[in-house]
Amino acid sequence: MLAMFQTAHLQVSHFTAALVFSFFSSVVFGITTRSLPRDMFRYGAYCFAWFMGGLFVASWIMWLLHH
Amino acid sequence: MAKSEATSTQAQAPAEQLSTMALIAPALGWIIPGAGHIVQRRWIRGVLLMLSVAAMFFLGVAMEGKIYQPNTGDLLDILGFVGDAGAGGLYILGRMLNWGGDAITSATADYGTKYIVVAGLLNIMTIVDAYHIAMRRKP
Repeated sequence: MLAMFQTAHLQVSHFTAALVFSFFSSVVFGITTRSLPRDMFRYGAYCFAWFMGGLFVASWIMWLLHH
Repeated sequence: MAKSEATSTQAQAPAEQLSTMALIAPALGWIIPGAGHIVQRRWIRGVLLMLSVAAMFFLGVAMEGKIYQPNTGDLLDILGFVGDAGAGGLYILGRMLNWGGDAITSATADYGTKYIVVAGLLNIMTIVDAYHIAMRRKP
């Protein structure tokens, strides 16, 4: 079953890759850097929002540089 | 005298137990991401960390990301290996089964390579967290 990951040849857009990356990173950041479950959730959501905000801003900067 | 020795023994017992867990939890967490939390009965945290790190690693492999080998060449390759090695058991499994692309030939493969490196780095964070829980620095 694990071999299917090797043969999957997954193709994703930059946005999807960044979205998934942000989600899982935020989960780990939230759990490992806070002590209480409520704080973990809030910090995870905070990190995710910053990841997405940074992605949005960087995307527009690249678009402006390109044009 | 005898009473003070008994008290001293009772005081040392939890400390020994603590130091054993402080060794076991990080080691287990390195081999199986999240297991360092699960062994300390932090079930939900452990499962979430396991899913997050494993998902990042396997998605990276599915994107044909590169799994770095031990090397003394380019600095970025060395750092890539250090990051990958943080995933512990997943990294060993990936090397044993010869997973990952040999070269980064597409943008997706580049994302995949970063996923695998970051999975290892995130696992290092979970290992440190498991150690802090074992040392009672965190609930």
